[in-house]
Amino acid sequence: MEKSWNNRAWFLVLPVLVLVAFSAVVPLMTVVNYAFQDTFGNNEFFWAGTEWFEQVLDSSRFWEAMARNLAFSAIILLIEVPLGILIALNMPKSGWGVPVCLVLMALPLLIPWNVVGTIWQVFGRSDIGLLGYTLNQLGVDYNYTRDTTDAWATVIVMDVWHWTSLVVLLCYAGLVSIPDAYYQAAKIDGASRWAVFRFIQLPKMNRVLLIAVLLRFMDSFMIYTEPFVVTGGGPGNATTFLSIDLVKMALGQFDLGPAAAMSLVYFLIILLLSWVFYTVMTNVGVERSNQSGGH
Amino acid sequence: MARIDLDHIRHSYMANPQKPADYALKEVHTSFEDGGAYALLGPSGCGKTTLLNIISGLLRASEGCLLFDGHDVNGLSTQERNIAQVFQFPVVYDTMTVYDNLAFPLRNRGLAEPDVDRRVREILEMIDLASWSKRKARGLTADQKQKISLGRGLVRADVNAILFDEPLTVIDPHMKWVLRSQLKQLHRRFGTTMVYVTHDQTEALTFAERVVVMFEGEVVQIGTPDELFERPRHTFVGYFIGSPGMNVLPIRLEGNRAQLGSQAIALPDAPATSSAKTELGIRPEYVRLGRAGMPARITKIEDIGRHRIVRLDLEGREIAAIAGEDEEIPAEPHVSFDPAGINLYADSWRLETGRIETARPMTGGGH
Amino acid sequence: MTDATASREAAGALPPGSALPDAPLNQGGGIRAGEDRVARAMRRRGDESRFWWLVPTLYIVFLLLPIYWLINMSFKTNQEIIGGMTLFPHEPTLRNYRIIFSDPSWYWGYLNSITYVLINMVVSVAVALPAAYAFSRYRFLGDKHLFFWLLTNRMAPPAVFALPFFQLYSAFGLIDTHIAVALAHCLFNVPLAVWILEGFMSGVPKEIDETAYIDGYSFPRFFVKIFMPLIASGIGVAAFFCFMFSWVELLLARTLTTVNAKPIAAVMTRTVSASGMDWGLLAAAGVLTLIPGALVIWFVRNYIAKGFALGRV
Repeated sequence: MEKSWNNRAWFLVLPVLVLVAFSAVVPLMTVVNYAFQDTFGNNEFFWAGTEWFEQVLDSSRFWEAMARNLAFSAIILLIEVPLGILIALNMPKSGWGVPVCLVLMALPLLIPWNVVGTIWQVFGRSDIGLLGYTLNQLGVDYNYTRDTTDAWATVIVMDVWHWTSLVVLLCYAGLVSIPDAYYQAAKIDGASRWAVFRFIQLPKMNRVLLIAVLLRFMDSFMIYTEPFVVTGGGPGNATTFLSIDLVKMALGQFDLGPAAAMSLVYFLIILLLSWVFYTVMTNVGVERSNQSGGH
Repeated sequence: MARIDLDHIRHSYMANPQKPADYALKEVHTSFEDGGAYALLGPSGCGKTTLLNIISGLLRASEGCLLFDGHDVNGLSTQERNIAQVFQFPVVYDTMTVYDNLAFPLRNRGLAEPDVDRRVREILEMIDLASWSKRKARGLTADQKQKISLGRGLVRADVNAILFDEPLTVIDPHMKWVLRSQLKQLHRRFGTTMVYVTHDQTEALTFAERVVVMFEGEVVQIGTPDELFERPRHTFVGYFIGSPGMNVLPIRLEGNRAQLGSQAIALPDAPATSSAKTELGIRPEYVRLGRAGMPARITKIEDIGRHRIVRLDLEGREIAAIAGEDEEIPAEPHVSFDPAGINLYADSWRLETGRIETARPMTGGGH
Repeated sequence: MTDATASREAAGALPPGSALPDAPLNQGGGIRAGEDRVARAMRRRGDESRFWWLVPTLYIVFLLLPIYWLINMSFKTNQEIIGGMTLFPHEPTLRNYRIIFSDPSWYWGYLNSITYVLINMVVSVAVALPAAYAFSRYRFLGDKHLFFWLLTNRMAPPAVFALPFFQLYSAFGLIDTHIAVALAHCLFNVPLAVWILEGFMSGVPKEIDETAYIDGYSFPRFFVKIFMPLIASGIGVAAFFCFMFSWVELLLARTLTTVNAKPIAAVMTRTVSASGMDWGLLAAAGVLTLIPGALVIWFVRNYIAKGFALGRV
């Protein structure tokens, strides 16, 4: 659609600007303020320069949490995206099964995050939880409060349980928008199931998949509540992700300077990685369409 | 290539069809000869596409039997029936190149690569996309995409039939003509059974050897373009084919006379019918303007180049007549009907008269 | 690997020569079901597996098991929960629910949550509507940067904002009010609402706007009378997403409230007491938090698929 140039459109954007300024810019300025200053309380601040940043970037605590975050997001994306696509491909296309599937699948998305944590905290316990009890009865020594691997497995399964549906629903929305004629043509052409997926379904899901990957990356990289409720960041620091560490630092220990510096670094990393994802994924799409060649 | 027999095929999109109106396809009982070029002609929603999808196996007919070369194929899947079909709107595999799009159906069936290459290049030439073969299909225009769809339909040489579902809708008029003649040429060369669905009579009449006219889920007539023109079996065929369509006038039959209002028209013989609704059909080409006959009043004259269409009021009915470019049109015209062009209809279906059907030269749209 | 072989393999083609090796190009003949090897190989090619339904079924079972366990526990007494494994309540009790419904600090938690979620939903959609219209219809100074900057706010970790929010809202005396939480949640909901609505609005042809202006509609009247009904489903979807993300968020909601506006999710931590965990009560409170979400999904079930496409796939 051809858009016309009109600077008065700014008036329409104004309410959003005011609101977002109040809910984002002002707080962000405070963070920046803290990041470069030091205080001994009673509202006296001193210029601290890049001291807090150096402290954060030098601390192994930060980098370990960062590594855990990256590993977690990578695992989450590797499991949830293919699984979500697989489930979306096998969803019923019409009839009573559609609303039933959609409603049941969307259910975990609307559970408050700490309740998600609570559900899995209970479900995984070996004394009162079905999962933990069953596993232990089967001879698996499973205890997410003691064992690092078990804790990670629990947090990952929980996240898959919680968020795969988002990928499923996005992909399903992409799939139902494919006209029937494409599937008919594929039958006529004798395409294999894989070819139908590769050449019809996947290209049509491009955009929704981009959204799914971005949303899942951002949200998994910011994860706080669910692992906090289940493991409290333990055992040891095994599931202490950046957000958990940050809240511990800021609200628990009131180390405002380092916390603020860490916040900024954290935020910038999310921005950077999201931008990389976005560029890579859109470029792949563009490259596919623009690739042209002579003879 | 195969002969296709449609044995009492009926189809309904409802689970439990009760009355005839529930059927999208009321009953089709006909055959497509091996190597024939057929056009399915009819207005939108008359069941053409349904019939096509039943042949290709995308739909399973509710009732009836489908035979390819005498073998029952009802139970076979689309893939097994080995049919090519081209759809109304372009279906291309966006992420493949033009070349791969055309090679796709061949490779799926395990054809050796040199054969694939030969076929694909031939088709690329034909649809005039040879210089685009390495391009991704995504960025092409709608009519280029449709050419690819068409090409994918034609690329397999061993198919039982090629079905076209209004394939030229999105193509511009000049290209339409080119592609249609290429299809015809291809048909002559390879003799594949082709079924071509369209709602455009010119397309149907120029493409097909035999035209199947459908109306409200039924086949109303199958015939050569000439037969459809001269002897429409149903008033719908009369209206639908020809430009302008056949004049259909309500009459009362009295022996070998047809009473039209206060005028009597002599008929070659006396058809017998008990039907209450009888009509006389006459093509504008057979309406003679002169000083003798039934008095009429001219309401409009349209000059369309080769001839003129004269709209007249005859006994309160509007009829059309064709007059030559130089023909004189009298100020107080009288009309008469050429007996050779008179068809009689009872309840919209043609009454067979005892008269010998004389084969006439193909007349097309006018004289 | 050449292009041709790549797509040959991707297409899962029959190996060359395995069938129709020298099929003369213009023959091949009619259909002889069961005899022709290609025909047989093509039989169910490309069709869905007959067991497709297993995938969603297993997934749904996986989703429902933990939820079932929570519901199961909420009807048990604490003795039964701790006493041993029972797959369903042997002595079903409503005690846990009775406690919640008779204690104001419990049920106020629900009301608080619902209040700020609704405020947030209304505010987010209301401010996002004109902005989305501007983005979908006009080019203006800095529009692309502005849009991107808005979206970056969706990427801001709430943990980063928890402390500054606390201080900012303290300064304005907003701490422990519903407004505070609603405004804080605008941080991620407004960008999302703008994004979703922009998608839906771009699907409405611009000619409609122009025709309305020619017919003498003023902008506000056009927007409310003509445009909003056209994107009604988009507004519904945006509201749904705002509801969803505001309802499930806890970190900010807990940080900004102490007593009067405390959300139910935060109240749940009260089940830890000196006498140990009150598991039954915790489970019952959890079950009750599922209900608003489930109700909302039920109402929008027919729009979920379309809504997740965000207006323009």
